[in-house]
Amino acid sequence: MIQTTLDIATIRKDFPILNRKVNGQPLVYLDNAATSQTPQQVIDVIVDYYQGYNANIHRGVHSLSQEATDAYEIARKKIQEHFNIAKSQEVIFTSGTTHGINLVATGFTSFLKKGDEVVVSAMEHHSNIVPWQMLCERTGATLKVIPMNLEGELIMEEYHKLLSERTKLVFCNHVSNALGTINPIEEIIEAAHKVGAAVLIDGAQAAAHIKPNLQALDVDFYVVSAHKMCGPTGVGMLYGKEEWLKKLPPYQGGGEMIAEVTFEKTTYADLPHKFEAGTPNICGGIAFGAALDYLNNIGFEALTHYEDELVEYATQKLLSIDGLRIYGTAKRKTSVISFNIEGIHPYDIGTILDKLGIAVRTGHHCAQPIMDFYKIPGTVRASFSFYNTKEEVDKLVEGVKRAKSMLE
Amino acid sequence: MTIQEIQEEIIDEFSMFDDWMQRYEYMIELGKSLPLIEEQYKTDDNLIKGCQSKVWVHAELDGDKLVFTSDSDAIITKGIIAILIRAFSNQKPQDIIDADTAFIDEIGLKEHLSPTRANGLVSMVKQLKLYAVAYQTQLN
Repeated sequence: MIQTTLDIATIRKDFPILNRKVNGQPLVYLDNAATSQTPQQVIDVIVDYYQGYNANIHRGVHSLSQEATDAYEIARKKIQEHFNIAKSQEVIFTSGTTHGINLVATGFTSFLKKGDEVVVSAMEHHSNIVPWQMLCERTGATLKVIPMNLEGELIMEEYHKLLSERTKLVFCNHVSNALGTINPIEEIIEAAHKVGAAVLIDGAQAAAHIKPNLQALDVDFYVVSAHKMCGPTGVGMLYGKEEWLKKLPPYQGGGEMIAEVTFEKTTYADLPHKFEAGTPNICGGIAFGAALDYLNNIGFEALTHYEDELVEYATQKLLSIDGLRIYGTAKRKTSVISFNIEGIHPYDIGTILDKLGIAVRTGHHCAQPIMDFYKIPGTVRASFSFYNTKEEVDKLVEGVKRAKSMLE
Repeated sequence: MTIQEIQEEIIDEFSMFDDWMQRYEYMIELGKSLPLIEEQYKTDDNLIKGCQSKVWVHAELDGDKLVFTSDSDAIITKGIIAILIRAFSNQKPQDIIDADTAFIDEIGLKEHLSPTRANGLVSMVKQLKLYAVAYQTQLN
């Protein structure tokens, strides 16, 4: 029995897309870890922007520009409050998590040298591996990897052994996209700081489920994407401690990020504009703020409690299927279930589920090292949101059973 | 039979089914009759890029005709490549190069034709045609 204070039927009415059919079947959307759906309240904000006050910001003298600037800066404040960030200039709008990581990785080029070490976890998304590999190639620094166990948890004793005075940077996801593991970032941050290393946490998968208190975490950088938390695609946040953001060089040159330009020398604008070259995704930023309002209105405690119950129910039901194995059985995890059925390729299962209107992700989930670790080509990943229902879980389970009988 | 005739035969077979499940079940059946690639040819060089599952294809000339063998680690993919190979194998390279692939739409696999679709049916067709081009050059 799933108990919740949330009125799921009413919540579902906020998401117009949930009414559509796919392949003649009602959509069962279980690919929330890839992107979450957008509530009408956020869609309205996007429409209002283009219908009412679309203008370029921070530069116009006219009223529309002022209205758009105000709305964009209010969104920045909402993000600041949501993540409990000390100063609004520590909130940098980005195009998403990948942009934020690349901004920091590129900026660190001048701070690293041969012999320095950077530490990454074994369960990262490619976007939190490749930029750091590129950084190591540029600087001669060495990449070290925190190993994980079969349950999909980081082996923390090994992490502590990796740290030394050579360690300059540590990066890790808050939640693994492929396994759902919630990593012990408090311990990771504290230990890294003891050896003087900076820490970047990739919050892309966490932000829809956990409301992190960034001041309490004392993290140096934290990155998220709005589209994983009921906002639009193409916008995200990089949080950086002011001292770091002052030290890092600008990432891109252009308008908006300058104080004065002559052909001899350009001086850069203050934070946050130093990192926000060019016309930003204004509408996206404003809608990001609206998405946070929407989630906070429901309340993170209530939604994660419900998601936990849903994933627990789904886990039990799926495990009743013969030959089904779940990858990622960490004690602390979010609403992601990655699984395979013995002898059946995940792609085949995903194809049949799609025919039944059930959207899941199949493949390596941009985390090939994890798949190599388990020696599998990929998994089927069902990821749940607070607008999913027990009935949808039942449809998934029935769908998997049907796929199994067809494919065996 | 010509490629065109084989394609029409496949279209006929698939027209007997009126729902997707029967079509997929038939495709899975066809996968079982796929002329399997010899283990020694299951190399990375023979892997088709752009597929979420692994698909190996090998081609060799038998007289003036090109013969394909293949395998995949996914059953539905195996069915798809089996259909393609049935249409294109044992044909002259030039005929394979010139062949139309519209029959894939007609048997209800249209959704697999999208270039972004992970199974990469487009990549498979392209690879078969590339082999044909290579062997045609050799025959010339």
